[in-house]
Amino acid sequence: MAEYLIKNGLVFDPVLGIKGDKADIAIKDGKIVETTALSNPKVIDATGKTVMAGGVDIHAHVAGPKVNVGRNFRPEDKLFNCTAGHGIERMQGGFSVPTTIRTGYNYAHMGYTTVMEAAMPPLYARHTHEEMRDTPILDQGAYPVFGNNWFVLEYLKNHEIENTAAYIAWLLRATKGYAVKVVNPGGTEAWAWGLNCENVHDPVPYFDITPAQIIKGLIEANEYLGLPHSMHMHANNLGNPGNYTTTLDSFKLSEGIKPNSKFGRDQVMHHTHVQFHSYGGDSWANVESKATEIMDYVNSHDNITIDMGQVTLDETTTMTADGPFEHHLTELNHLKWANADVELETGSGVVPYVYSPNIKVCAIQWAIGLELGLLAKDPMRIFITTDHPNAGPFIRYPRVMKWLMSQEAREQQFDAFKHKDKVIDATNLAGIDRELDLYEIAQMTRAGPAKSLGLSHMYGGLAPGLEADVAVFDFNPNEPYAPDDIEKAFLNAEHLFKAGVQVVRDHEIASNGNKRTLWVNAKVNENPQVMRDVKEKFLRYYTVTLNNYEVSGHYLPNPYVIEVDATE
Amino acid sequence: MTRTVTDVICPFCGTLCDDLEVVVSDDGKELHEVYNACAIGAEKFLHSQAKDRITRPRMRQEDGSWKEISYDEAIEYTATMLAEAKKPLMYGWSSTNCEAQAVGSEIGEAVGAVMDNTATVCHGTSLIAVQDIGIPSCTLGEVKNRADRILFWGCNPAHAHPRHMSRYSIFPRGFFTGKGHTGRKMIVVDPRPTDTASMADIHLQIEQGRDYELLNALRVAFKGEKLPDVVAGIPKEKIYEAAETLKSGRFAIIFFGMGVTQSLGKNHNIDEAIAVTRDLNEYTKAAIMPMRGHYNVTGSGQVWGWQFGFPYAVDLSRGFARYNPGETTSNDLLRRDEVDAVFVLGSDPGAHFPFSSVKKIYNLPSVVIDPHETPTSEVCKVHVPVAFVGVEVGGCAYRMDNVPIETRKVVDAPEGMMTDEEFLKRVLGRVKEIKGV
Ligand code: SF4
Repeated sequence: MAEYLIKNGLVFDPVLGIKGDKADIAIKDGKIVETTALSNPKVIDATGKTVMAGGVDIHAHVAGPKVNVGRNFRPEDKLFNCTAGHGIERMQGGFSVPTTIRTGYNYAHMGYTTVMEAAMPPLYARHTHEEMRDTPILDQGAYPVFGNNWFVLEYLKNHEIENTAAYIAWLLRATKGYAVKVVNPGGTEAWAWGLNCENVHDPVPYFDITPAQIIKGLIEANEYLGLPHSMHMHANNLGNPGNYTTTLDSFKLSEGIKPNSKFGRDQVMHHTHVQFHSYGGDSWANVESKATEIMDYVNSHDNITIDMGQVTLDETTTMTADGPFEHHLTELNHLKWANADVELETGSGVVPYVYSPNIKVCAIQWAIGLELGLLAKDPMRIFITTDHPNAGPFIRYPRVMKWLMSQEAREQQFDAFKHKDKVIDATNLAGIDRELDLYEIAQMTRAGPAKSLGLSHMYGGLAPGLEADVAVFDFNPNEPYAPDDIEKAFLNAEHLFKAGVQVVRDHEIASNGNKRTLWVNAKVNENPQVMRDVKEKFLRYYTVTLNNYEVSGHYLPNPYVIEVDATE
Repeated sequence: MTRTVTDVICPFCGTLCDDLEVVVSDDGKELHEVYNACAIGAEKFLHSQAKDRITRPRMRQEDGSWKEISYDEAIEYTATMLAEAKKPLMYGWSSTNCEAQAVGSEIGEAVGAVMDNTATVCHGTSLIAVQDIGIPSCTLGEVKNRADRILFWGCNPAHAHPRHMSRYSIFPRGFFTGKGHTGRKMIVVDPRPTDTASMADIHLQIEQGRDYELLNALRVAFKGEKLPDVVAGIPKEKIYEAAETLKSGRFAIIFFGMGVTQSLGKNHNIDEAIAVTRDLNEYTKAAIMPMRGHYNVTGSGQVWGWQFGFPYAVDLSRGFARYNPGETTSNDLLRRDEVDAVFVLGSDPGAHFPFSSVKKIYNLPSVVIDPHETPTSEVCKVHVPVAFVGVEVGGCAYRMDNVPIETRKVVDAPEGMMTDEEFLKRVLGRVKEIKGV
């Protein structure tokens, strides 16, 4: 394998604590090494350029059944948006829901190397893996959803943590999944009858349990297993005015629980796309930002991490396992609606959406996301996402960085709003003058998410021993620049290395890499009761047999298995 | 001695039953018996055992007779034909696994082909409707566990999907449906008195081609508004009764087939059927699902979806993916003489396309990949028999509710036979050589 020396770059790395100083980064055998370990490296001159670790996306919808619904039911998303293949690049298409090929290339162009698929319906795990297999370059993993799963509902109704944990371990293995995802706990099961659970104490129809019990129980089961990532949460009541109280109620369920994981994370709950969960008011007429209240809580509780879910003011395609929310959305915007409820497990919906700068609510949502990022006391616990493609496509991350880094850019956006004054009244963003620096950006896009995922031993930094995922951007923060220069540079990495392979050279895709699929194999003590329950449910209620459920190895041509031992 | 393989997946129809048991000889070379399958499913397995099965590629001679050729020669002919064509049609894909489909689309990309599947003559209209209005749907297990109102529209599962009613829709007892079929109300919309219709609680014997009107009338009836005395040949009382039956259920499901996708109105019918389902969600929970025919037609739409962004009729001839049904669909291309070579795998256009299209195929350079002799093999220049997917080789397939299931290999293919995927991989390699990439 070729050796590389990236010389004289301006390095931003929270792991090494380097804040833009000149440093050399050495790559050998797929890993970062000391420069002295190289014998005959190819040299990349990074003088005056920004060098960071490969980006880590903790939450995006990039592979699987609902993503493909989004592609197939929106030919208009490909309008003016299909590009021919050339060189080693294959054909690509799509804007808000790009093809798998484009997904890999677009992330690489932004300097990202690891991306987590945020919601995998277990019955469709095979589909998710097929798409990930066809996504070049990126290391990926997928989170199976648990919050409406019948096994979980039945075990947690009686607070059976050990059984829940054994079931989680079994399902992670069967689906080759990475983490415990929860979407609208109880609410999606209720949606199978056209109902919902809007707060943490709403009973789940028939199952005699509340969202609060599900959330707390899954956190405890997650810690019982000591999984690399914490429970990954999308709370009830998403997207409704006044919902910040539900969010705080959900946060509070983590109080008093300490992480039990050998993977270096400090949180027991990661709450995703918090922007959608930070609304005050009681109607769309008086909706307002409650980002301050939310961030006060997050800043003072270090067993929580969050990501932003930043609205990017684009036309996009919303998709979530929160089935009732998508129905609510289609009632609101009258655009097309796809829904797919999944037996015993989950549901999902897909609806196109236009976040128009001329609509007051969209502009308020935009401001709330940025408030979350700018009020963060610890950027190692607050991450940049757009909940791709829900609040906007992932290719807008560099634009989000621009807004976070430049007050001037935010003012320009405020001036472009039709209802500027009303937006300023309903939010606090105009009063915040903080501008993040690249070190903080590296925390929010690299070191932080890697740590939260329990993957800081592989990703997120440039310390020797870590994966050689390194990005070089044509950007010099020490020279004068316009806000737009930030977006331009970070949308178009000059070089990118993935596990030591140069995948972007001079801004062009140079290799399809050797992508890996990460999954977690958790060992637990034998649990005959859970295995009996599994057999019975498959016999009586599933429509596939138990023996046809597990995802076999050939869907993961290059697996990376993280072993967890919870037998003690 | 024999052994029994369990949990076998049936590679015939979109019901994709996965509980078959197959008895094979100890050495895995002979297949003796198939249990749990319906008659057509069992026949698919037993067919692979035909003693007179064609096991080597063959090329048609000037005089119309066949000459046996080697796989190498067949690969050479196929690769050259595709590479030299300006705009080849690569059609079919519904009776093979997703692995082969993925290699096939890579070939299509390399040669600038039009990729189309059998949806083009069955549920393509449904796919267009979904692009118009979306689709509230669910997995078949939701139907089994919850549905108490079942509507079959323009389909006849008793014959076309024989185990659908027993596995998923009418008879099974599920979690919330402990009474099985006695707890369910069954409505059938069909101009014919089919075997399915004869089982229904309500049979709406609609006038042929009047689907849109009846669907529209149901939407009116849901709202309790006034209807004319007769709509689509059905008295209004019966329509109100059907509407009330659907609304009063806890979970309603509409299954629809080619009787409505290919009758007058086409995708507009499906638009309206989906609108009926959307409306029903105001009163109760409702879902709708196409009765997909081939066992993996759904899969080809999925694979092309994630690779190109479109579920069928994908034109790659300009170097990027275009989609415009009516223009980029197989029959339209053939009839307008827009394609200059035809490659068929995993379906039988010779039996299902209009005769005018079949004639065009006959006059073009053409290759068919198929384990059987079919009407298509009768008009193609080269016929390449391959192993049966789901019998002699495994691989992924998508059920009509988009649930992917991995089919199983239960017996060996006859000595020396290739699989779809192997054949396509070799063709891809050769195409790349010819094109110099
Ligand atoms: S219903 Fe369809 S899948 Fe099931 S056994 Fe019959 S042909 Fe095969």
